[in-house]
Amino acid sequence: METEKIVYALHTFERKVLPVLKEIKSFEKIAEKTGLQKVEVMRALQWLENKKLARIDKQLKEAVALDENGIEYKKKGLPEVRFLKSIKQGPTSLKTIQEGLHLSKQEISICLGILKSKAAIEIRKVGEELVVAKTEFGEQLSNKPFPEEIFLQKNFPAYTSELKDLDKLAFENLKKRNKIIKLSIAKIINAELTDLGRKTIEHGIDEKNVIDRLTPEIIKSKAWKNKKIRSYDVKINVPSIYGGKIHFVSQAIRYIKRIWLDMGFKEMTGNIAQTSFWDLDALFVPQDHPARDMQDTFYIKAGKGNLPKELVKKIKSSHENGWTTGSKGWQYKGSEEAAKENLLRTHTTVLSAQTIAKLKKNELPAKFFSVGKVFRNETLSWKSLFEFIQVEGIVVDPDANFMHLKGYLKEFFAKMGFPDVRIRPAHFPYTEPSAEVDVWHPLKKQWVELGGSGIFRPEVVKPLLGFDCTVLAWGLGMERTIMEYYNISDVRDVYKNDLKQLKEMKIWMR
Amino acid sequence: MPTININRQAFEKFVGKKLAADKLKDRISMLGTDLESVSDDEIIVEIFPNRPDMLSVQGFARAFSSFIGAKTGLAQYKVESSREKVIIDNSVENVRPYTSCAIVKNLHFDDEKIKEVIDIQEKLHITYGRNRRKVAIGIYPFEKIKMPIRFMAKKPGEIKFHPLESDKEMNAYEILEKHPAGKAYGHLLNGLEKFPIFIDANDEILSMPPIINSHKTGKINHDTKEIFIECSGFDFNVLNKCLNMIVTALSDIGGKIYSMELMYGKNKQTTPNLEAEEMKVNIPYINRLLGLNLNETEIKKLFERMGYGYKNKNVLIPSYRADILHQADLAEDIAIAYGYENFMALIPNVATIAEEDKFEIFKNKISDLLTGLGFMEMSTYALSNKEAQCKKMNAEIPLIELANSISSDYDVLRAWTLPSLMEILSNNKHHEYPQKIFAIGKAFKKNEAFDTNIEENENLAVAISSENVDYTRIRQILDYMFMSLGLKYEIIEAEHGSFIEGRAARAMLKGKKIAYLGEINPETLTQWSLEMPVAAFELNLSRLFEAME
Repeated sequence: METEKIVYALHTFERKVLPVLKEIKSFEKIAEKTGLQKVEVMRALQWLENKKLARIDKQLKEAVALDENGIEYKKKGLPEVRFLKSIKQGPTSLKTIQEGLHLSKQEISICLGILKSKAAIEIRKVGEELVVAKTEFGEQLSNKPFPEEIFLQKNFPAYTSELKDLDKLAFENLKKRNKIIKLSIAKIINAELTDLGRKTIEHGIDEKNVIDRLTPEIIKSKAWKNKKIRSYDVKINVPSIYGGKIHFVSQAIRYIKRIWLDMGFKEMTGNIAQTSFWDLDALFVPQDHPARDMQDTFYIKAGKGNLPKELVKKIKSSHENGWTTGSKGWQYKGSEEAAKENLLRTHTTVLSAQTIAKLKKNELPAKFFSVGKVFRNETLSWKSLFEFIQVEGIVVDPDANFMHLKGYLKEFFAKMGFPDVRIRPAHFPYTEPSAEVDVWHPLKKQWVELGGSGIFRPEVVKPLLGFDCTVLAWGLGMERTIMEYYNISDVRDVYKNDLKQLKEMKIWMR
Repeated sequence: MPTININRQAFEKFVGKKLAADKLKDRISMLGTDLESVSDDEIIVEIFPNRPDMLSVQGFARAFSSFIGAKTGLAQYKVESSREKVIIDNSVENVRPYTSCAIVKNLHFDDEKIKEVIDIQEKLHITYGRNRRKVAIGIYPFEKIKMPIRFMAKKPGEIKFHPLESDKEMNAYEILEKHPAGKAYGHLLNGLEKFPIFIDANDEILSMPPIINSHKTGKINHDTKEIFIECSGFDFNVLNKCLNMIVTALSDIGGKIYSMELMYGKNKQTTPNLEAEEMKVNIPYINRLLGLNLNETEIKKLFERMGYGYKNKNVLIPSYRADILHQADLAEDIAIAYGYENFMALIPNVATIAEEDKFEIFKNKISDLLTGLGFMEMSTYALSNKEAQCKKMNAEIPLIELANSISSDYDVLRAWTLPSLMEILSNNKHHEYPQKIFAIGKAFKKNEAFDTNIEENENLAVAISSENVDYTRIRQILDYMFMSLGLKYEIIEAEHGSFIEGRAARAMLKGKKIAYLGEINPETLTQWSLEMPVAAFELNLSRLFEAME
């Protein structure tokens, strides 16, 4: 039963390779015999091994091949053999031999060395000339092949670990000589049947009764009825595929929007380019406030902006003397020209100001949120961006108070995975009271600052809305929470758009 | 924001109570200051810009001591009259019209104390004084001055004295040109015919505000026991506040404060005035804003915790506080005294109807359509540079520049989104193909119909890069999108530098141009060092959405 199950699970490649293993072990030979591609054989062997039908033995071996001189000597014969054979009878002049054999000086001296050490020749000096004579032992030697000659006729590559006796001796000798032998490290793959493999073959691998792949023809012809559809190894790994994906920042934004929508907030959207008036003056940021300095804010070369006339008057007077808000104001003379400078919004609180300016008394209470880009003139680094996302919210409600501010923030951060929230005193020109928002980081075991909040000052609310009303407000950073969730330590990686990283990234699970 | 470094032992002595490090950290955070670090010897605290009175170690310690309940209530300062005069000449009226002055005696300076005084002066200059634009502060050894002092303006050529940190006498022009302080603050005197000076009865120039003091009469040292302080600027109230912050801090280290008579023509002012300012407290307003139900006794106690006095429904605001403009500011101090940590977190029982922005919903639907086709969404910057937007795209498109970007890679507002995708393809060459990506992002162009002269559109860019990509493949995406939106659109031939001639088209919806599409020009590909064909489109989603409404 077991064997039968195995047979039905065999892939076409396995069916071809398995029987061959009875006689052949070497990987190359298996490929030759089956007619399969080497990759196909390799895959079949791996599968067979996984099924415990075969064992693969991989070894690293030193392989011997012939180098350029080796190839030449294989054809022409070794120089020392030719040298010895060219001494016919009696002493022969070295010069004659050299010319007859076309050997180099170096080769001649090797020949002389080798043959002398084997006591095959004697060298004498006759006059100015060197003369060589074959010894009796030399005569004997020249009648049978040298071990080195036999070695050269072998099939290459050969493996040093498999060389024996004379071959080994010949190899050691030739290795020392110039460019006869090349050595390299080769990966040797052998496969061997296991008992189970042998049993399986005995059981019979009948190819005709197995369907490898279901085709429309097989379905229509009902040919599958009498056959077995091959089983798969369902546990095996399959190649990866990737689909389209929403960017993880967008996924987080969608979730954050959901939280505010669930709490009954309306979404605010608006422009990125704004006048200083809306971004700063309307929020009671005095014109000499350090936040308006060139180094923090991106100003745009687009001429002077247009301002809403009526509102400008009220806000200017609210800065100068508090207008009708009961405030003293900042006590300075404001400049309308400065308010006309165009800039990239420094906070989405500008959208809150514009929303309040459009709001009517009968629409209260009202709650708004936005998730949008804000800008700060900074160089890109691992910890700073010039363009990042702010989560903004306002609650315009005459009955709202400071405790509600804490309540909304706590609810939001709990849903973001930070159940412990604290607020502590802070300063923003447009809120009073103002509060920094910290969440407790359970791993770092410390409070982490994630945004600012407060109640809008009457000097902000009354000119925009027409009457005073409590407006709870907050502006929270988002990148840090995202980095936390995705274990990103360099903030630039949030907007790196590396396709591999994005493909493999887990989805936002909150 | 500025920080102050405090000697912990001296601080504890002044506060009158020792706190464990943890408690100290917590209380500093809850007072409305940001703790930078605390060690056995030193505490470093960041001061928020609304509380310049805490920029001196004494001012901070005073507020802290009161906050933790060691020394609560309004701190009392005695001012005696010195009967000394400062005469303000008419000539300063259009130059630097106001000054506020005081004398402090009984000081014992050592190196540390001198450093402390200079620190207070510098920190007030930078913050409350807005880099000396609003307030310039001068401190002088009183013993070296022949009274009365005159505050007047003279032609720069006539002003000649030996400034601090210099080895010789200079005239005003030389000071602006060569002296470090002149170079740093000279712009504050730009365009003035006359420069302001303080000068004594011996015609010895004490200083030229807001630039530099005289070496001879404007440098305090170990022998100095009495000092003359002046603040000069454009708003008398601001100067008085600043002067009060300094003299109260000096009084806290043992100084005795003496007032001076400022002769503004016939109008005489006496400074410093350390009388607390009275403000009627609107208890119901404060309770409503904070969600509390405090009675007068409780309110009084909380005010005293914040260094205020309280008398007959009136709060007495310390003379050094410059941040109380409205009841709301009082409410914040009550909240701080009550403890931000003690407020409950409540969600009110108020029904409001949620509403997601329609265009935002639309954008999400478009993104979902594209991811359904196997496209990956990219998140890109709205800022770019001219090279990426035009040159590398082989296109001439008018761009809006930023006036002051510190990075040349990001110094224009993007006019279209496709270059962002090309850059992404260029950065991902080593990854697997095909690559199918899209991004929705703001694109900007000049348009005077808008208040900022800038029109903003949300543009969708889609790009496919693979060996066998062509016009058909990208056109199919657009077809599928419009079909899914239930819209019919028209394709006309187009010419565009970024696309191959004869393989570029424009999509029209209800007679309006809505998109460019086609195969990217090999020249453009080479500019981005891409070796794989790309087909792409750029579509104005804002316009598409308007057309659908």
